[in-house]
Amino acid sequence: MTARIQVPRKAQRGEIVEVRIVIQHPMETGFRYDALGRRTPRNVIHTLVCRYGGVDVFRAEMGAGIAANPFLKFFLRAQESGTIECRWVDSENVSGSVGARVTVS
Amino acid sequence: MSTRRRFLAALVALPALPRRTLAQPSVNPAPGVDARILNTPQGTLEGILKGAPMRKGRVRLELPSVAENGHSVGLTVSVDSPMSDANYVRRIDLIADKNPVPLVATFFLGPESGRAEIESRLRLNGTQRVSAIAQLSDGSFWFDAADVVVNELACLDAG
Repeated sequence: MTARIQVPRKAQRGEIVEVRIVIQHPMETGFRYDALGRRTPRNVIHTLVCRYGGVDVFRAEMGAGIAANPFLKFFLRAQESGTIECRWVDSENVSGSVGARVTVS
Repeated sequence: MSTRRRFLAALVALPALPRRTLAQPSVNPAPGVDARILNTPQGTLEGILKGAPMRKGRVRLELPSVAENGHSVGLTVSVDSPMSDANYVRRIDLIADKNPVPLVATFFLGPESGRAEIESRLRLNGTQRVSAIAQLSDGSFWFDAADVVVNELACLDAG
């Protein structure tokens, strides 16, 4: 799974920074049938957790209602220099993570 | 009617009985919540509110009024909140009334978020109403809804 995270490299303490993340994933609904009429099993990234400064700062529980290659944009308050790390897991228990470092002055 | 005739009529009527096949819930239901009711917009809402009232306001849901197709529809939801330690948004739920699984996503925020605003992209199974329900740290629920016209459905197979 390829994923991309975008976070400003530098921030002032207390500044609100924008986090954008996009993950390559089909987000299979479980309602589609292939050419042979077999149901394609449901496979979605159901949980995504973002960790920064030792605490979980953001969590998303998603279903098939989120478009393929899920994109999320949310905000965080810059507290200290560190990594903003997002981890996720899909229905087949495949997990992934992506992180970005932010320097706070 | 004779018994035989009644039996035959019943036999003919049998396939016409409503057969409801239920999709799997999008997320694991909380203990005590029936997974099946999660697949109706009302059931989804009940599962979130658990009897508490919700009011319109404070939440702003932005969606295009017309979407060319339902595969990917951009959405922004923001909540008017200072996001301080004492007063913040705890969670935001998105419900799409006509999707096979109405509960699209749940986002959990905290005072660390700084700003209660989330952007994402949805799949929509047709023209429908999308609602965003936010729960604040004091436990109160607020919502906003938007109507979207979808020209091409996202899941034609599901019906």
